[in-house]
Amino acid sequence: MTMELDVFVGNTTIIDEEVYQLWLDGFSVADAVKMRLENGALGECEVSGEVLHSDTMDQYRTFQMCERLLHCPSKLANQLLFQIPAHHQAMLIERYYEFDHMFAREVLGKKLSKGTKKDLDDISSKTGIALKSCRRQFDNFKRVFKVVEELKGPLAENVQHHFLLSDLLAKDYAAVVFFANSRFETGKKKLQYLSFQDFAFCACQLISYWTVGAVDNMMDDMDVDLEKEFLHDLKDLKVLVNDKDMLDQHKSLVCSQLRGRIRVFTEMEANFKNLSRALINIASKLTNTKDVRDLFIDLVEKFIEPCRSDKWTAGDLTLFLTHYTSTASTLETFRYQVIWERYMGVVKSCILKMYHD
Amino acid sequence: MPGKLKAKIVAGRHLPVMDRASDLTDAFVEVKFGNTTFKTDVYPKSLNPQWNSEWFKFEVDDEDLQDEPLQITVLDHDTYSANDAIGKVYIDIDPLLSSEAATVISGWFPIYDTIHGIRGEINVLVKVDLFNDLNRFRQSSCGVKFFCTTSIPRCYRAVMVHGFVEELVVNEDPEYQWIDRIRTPRASNEARQRLISLMSGELQRKIGLKVLEMGGNAVVGYLQCFDLEGESGLVVRAIGTACTLDKISNTYAPASAINPCNSSPSKDTKDSPQAVPSALGCRSTHSSPVHSASSRLSQGFSVSVPTLLFAGMGSGGSAGKEAGPLKALLRQQTQSALEQREFPFFTLTSFPAGFLLHVGGVVSARSVKLLDRIHNPALGNTRSYKLLDWNSFTADEPETRDAWWEEIRQEIKSHAKALGCHAVVGYSESTSICEEVCILSASGTAAVLSSRFMQDGALDMDHRFEDLAPPGCGFCHIPYDELNMPFPAQLTYCHCCRRFKVPDVLFTTIDLPTEANVTGKGCLIQARLCRTKKKAQGEGNATAISNLLPFLEYELHTQLMNKLKLRSMNALFGLRIQISIGENMLLGLASATGVYLTPLPSPGGIQIAGKTPSDITYEQHISNMQKKINDTIAKNKELYEVNPPELVEEVIGSPIPEPRQRSRLFRSHSESSDEVSELDLSHGKKDAFVLEIDDTDAVEDIHSLLTDAPTPPGFYSCNTEIMPGIYNWTSALQMFTSVRVFRLSNVNLTNQGLNKVFNDLCENLLKSLYFKLRSMVPCCLCHLNFTVAVPEDELIQVAVTAVAMSFDKEQTLENGRQSCDKTLMKAITENEEQLQFPLELTAESSSNPLSSAKGLSEVSGALPSARAPSVDYSSFTDRCSSWIEQLRLKAHTIRRGSIKTMSSLEKASPLPEGRSRSLRSNRSYAGGSVAVVKMTPLSFIPGTKIIKYLGIINMFFIRETTSLREEGGVSGFLHSFIAEVFAMVRAHVAALGGNAVVSYSMKECVFMENPNKNQAQCLINVSGDAVIFVRESELEATPPQPQSASTQTSSSGEGT
Repeated sequence: MTMELDVFVGNTTIIDEEVYQLWLDGFSVADAVKMRLENGALGECEVSGEVLHSDTMDQYRTFQMCERLLHCPSKLANQLLFQIPAHHQAMLIERYYEFDHMFAREVLGKKLSKGTKKDLDDISSKTGIALKSCRRQFDNFKRVFKVVEELKGPLAENVQHHFLLSDLLAKDYAAVVFFANSRFETGKKKLQYLSFQDFAFCACQLISYWTVGAVDNMMDDMDVDLEKEFLHDLKDLKVLVNDKDMLDQHKSLVCSQLRGRIRVFTEMEANFKNLSRALINIASKLTNTKDVRDLFIDLVEKFIEPCRSDKWTAGDLTLFLTHYTSTASTLETFRYQVIWERYMGVVKSCILKMYHD
Repeated sequence: MPGKLKAKIVAGRHLPVMDRASDLTDAFVEVKFGNTTFKTDVYPKSLNPQWNSEWFKFEVDDEDLQDEPLQITVLDHDTYSANDAIGKVYIDIDPLLSSEAATVISGWFPIYDTIHGIRGEINVLVKVDLFNDLNRFRQSSCGVKFFCTTSIPRCYRAVMVHGFVEELVVNEDPEYQWIDRIRTPRASNEARQRLISLMSGELQRKIGLKVLEMGGNAVVGYLQCFDLEGESGLVVRAIGTACTLDKISNTYAPASAINPCNSSPSKDTKDSPQAVPSALGCRSTHSSPVHSASSRLSQGFSVSVPTLLFAGMGSGGSAGKEAGPLKALLRQQTQSALEQREFPFFTLTSFPAGFLLHVGGVVSARSVKLLDRIHNPALGNTRSYKLLDWNSFTADEPETRDAWWEEIRQEIKSHAKALGCHAVVGYSESTSICEEVCILSASGTAAVLSSRFMQDGALDMDHRFEDLAPPGCGFCHIPYDELNMPFPAQLTYCHCCRRFKVPDVLFTTIDLPTEANVTGKGCLIQARLCRTKKKAQGEGNATAISNLLPFLEYELHTQLMNKLKLRSMNALFGLRIQISIGENMLLGLASATGVYLTPLPSPGGIQIAGKTPSDITYEQHISNMQKKINDTIAKNKELYEVNPPELVEEVIGSPIPEPRQRSRLFRSHSESSDEVSELDLSHGKKDAFVLEIDDTDAVEDIHSLLTDAPTPPGFYSCNTEIMPGIYNWTSALQMFTSVRVFRLSNVNLTNQGLNKVFNDLCENLLKSLYFKLRSMVPCCLCHLNFTVAVPEDELIQVAVTAVAMSFDKEQTLENGRQSCDKTLMKAITENEEQLQFPLELTAESSSNPLSSAKGLSEVSGALPSARAPSVDYSSFTDRCSSWIEQLRLKAHTIRRGSIKTMSSLEKASPLPEGRSRSLRSNRSYAGGSVAVVKMTPLSFIPGTKIIKYLGIINMFFIRETTSLREEGGVSGFLHSFIAEVFAMVRAHVAALGGNAVVSYSMKECVFMENPNKNQAQCLINVSGDAVIFVRESELEATPPQPQSASTQTSSSGEGT
């Protein structure tokens, strides 16, 4: 004796947010029922597993039918099949596109290709996120990437317009797209300590200051690529380390500012030339795509690690970078203030974000 | 040549990819009406084609306009092979034919394919120019309005109620034609859909003609059904009540006194129930003999089954008082009005005030028939060639289904007469078919009506009578003569007026009259029964079934009585008994809403008696059970607030019932078929309701009594329009359909086993519904309509359509309540406004070179003023919706700003909507979003006023799949099909300019599967009335300008 068929269809589509989350998390119906029973969120209504199972099945079916529409969120608003109140539509979309930062961290900077998709089961076992959920998140990345890759204008806004996401989520997607496009190296062992949020922050900085859109968003260019001209101009900064006088002058200016204000003054004084050289070298090499990809690993290896081994505090670092940047502008013979500030502004905030254990 | 139909194909969207190579589609559209076809150009390589065609004009008879649907086919052009069909849209033109209904059909329709379901949408405009036709001998009945609603529609006034109209049309079922063996399933399904559409059109036209003949202008309570008789054909039949309706010119005036079914249920509280109690009873007669097959019938077998009359029960009372002569007078008078009619039947379930005088009880009749090939009498008709070209027809002796129904109706009429009534109200007909056996059923409520709404009614007499009978209890007073009662009944004086007699129990098929005096709340009461039957063929099968039927009915009745008593109630409304036949079982399901009618005596308890009182443990068992029952009764009294003030009971002149009579029934009698036999269902007088548990049936009864799970806290349920005792509805509304199919794997089930399975199935379904709708608590499931079927040997199918409506818990004073109702409504409407406003701006800003920043500021500037400061927004909703709109706004600016931005998404921009907006000036649909359409099986929407009826929605769909597993199995298949049906209904209503469907019902849901072949097929028939409603709060704000008001509503959708 079995229930052969069991459906419930409302004129207004009923959506249980809890079940939706379980579905998104990739739980099977049986597991979802178990979780719902355990959660006891059903409170006073005493229900049997049977009722829960039937309800969960219905909900899962609804979500499956909606999924096709969620792939193109603007369709959700003008499709006729489901009558879903606006706030539920927004919730459905937002939750569908939400992703686990653990997962995003794993695929960050990787090519969103079939090859990566095949590695998803590794990621799944590594992160403990259900494979189903990994697939959804990966497909979302890919879908968003495909749509906004060729669009002009601000990246985050493009994501938001086409996928009707909240500001925050759109920004995160912008980071993912940006990383996937430039293929930044994030997988190296030395970078493992960095979280998705760290990278997302850096991406945001890069997008805001280093792309073409950063200068003029009406320009006919895309937000996903770094501005070539700017990268080229960065070579000019070499003067700061190549010109001995300038280097010394710079050092003495920084030292005079920082004397007594940071704990690691002696180490800084000893290391100044190396640190400065590291930052300038990174800048001057950014014309090569390969070196752009290695931006973060370079920052860590060449700058962050030396500082860390000297036990700089974050405060020390902030002060140092602030004055390192500002004093260069006061150098009489230094003519590249605009480029310098554009470069250092981003590098400074990235380093500060990345400077933790 | 009185009509010109014009159609324009505007655009399509979300079309499926038909060309795998390019991932695009070269779509064009064929527009067909009758035998004329037009085509649009091919719009190449797009999933969102913009045909923007010319106006296609069809010059046609109005007869055709009524019968034929406009058929729109979307195809994919293919240079080398045949064009592939994407899907179709059938549009019923009928709503455009009545001057008062819709003037234009315009909107997005889902493109439907019977194999693939909905495949994109198409934007269509349809208009009709009707020329005046002065020809008296016309075949068409344009202008007659049809309503599914079983009461006088809200914005009309009944001038006259003419009475019963019926018609049926028969045809061969395309599915069973020889050609079906060679054509594709799609072609076959489409032929069927088209045929049924044609037949419904024809049926409606014919009924319309009858109405015109009677001098009416509308059909109310229109009930159309299909009988899929398989090999023997297809019957489409309809019944209804012909009326002359007057549109209430000022829709804003308070509902006229003529119309009691006021749209605001809050007003009902004014006559809040006063409590007065009293005694009870029930009785039934099996009066009609089994008719032997009439010689005229070619079928060879036809049995009519004994019928139950449910009315008051108990033992006969006598003492008559001054009411006698008056009643006689009244009867004379109305009889004259009704006598001219062959069938004084009314499909209405609620009535204008003063129309329904007395209610006698339920009358029902069933007849078992053997099906044979239908010989279509309509075939001689010139129109039949249109249906399908069948040569197999021979114009034989026209023995039709008409005769069968006639028989049944006659029987009903005689039953009503036996109850001293001259009319039958709440009348309905149904069938159940299994192989070649068919049960025809009809039921209604015997009643005495006032002649007020009928021809030559003497008004002054009515008034006299009305003065005598107070409105709150008048309908309970017995219509029959105490001295000459049709059956023994226990009568008491009415507990309200103390002047007239009332029965102890009242069963009816109608809705609870709004003016009725009720104590406490009501609740859904169901009796469920399953009986095994031996497999048999033909005549033997029919005999077996007709032998089982009386038992089934008797037991259902007993169950109903027991459950009613268990809830301390004394009346049933909306009683609907459905009997379904399968190969090896019979299913019976009786649903009704139990209430405590104040005028009627209070019911007694239930006593359990053991037959062999020797055993102590046995006695204990019995006393335990008795205690359980008493506890349940007490609990129920509290739950349903049934606490009538105690009154000294006075049973008048009823002889003491013989003990033997108490729970005995005369079974042997019911089996006799040739003589009129009386099945005495009386269970004795008050407190004498004894269940002997030696009787296996009684064990079952008790079992089913006690296994009914109580409704969870915060929930109420009923199967009628309104729930007595609940008045303060909020506008939260959720209509739903739930279907379950249960497979009995154990073939050798006993009756008890089967019963339990069936009972559990229904109970679990209810439990699931309560769980799903838990967020709406406190709420009431109204119009909870169960349909059972036995689709295959071991399958039981239960389908439910109902509406869940939230209400405010605090039953405060009327003033406070109303105001709080209002704020709530306001909150909701304003929420909508907020949602709607920016949308409109969006659409406009696309043509406006000014930046959207201006639009935004306008929105934010306009909102606070529209918003009442005290409104309590659900903040999340608010934030999200406004935020989404802002996003859209921004999206627009972006699109405008960048010049050569082109992605596939861009093409889906709401440009088509923008177009259609400009085309229809009087309606503004917000670009990009879909207007919300509410659906409800009730005839009203709480807190709103229906200002216009746009026409009847009557749609029939077939869906078939040959990839069942891929579509998520049977559940996935049916789930999406039901969702698609809802979507198509909503789209049609929106295209008519409406924002709701009332009196919605799913009349047919035939599901067949063949999992081995990975196939399934389902047929669904739905109907309802498309309407425009406005919130009452808005009404107060806007001065009476119907035109502007209607425009407003159609543009403001709302979410529930």
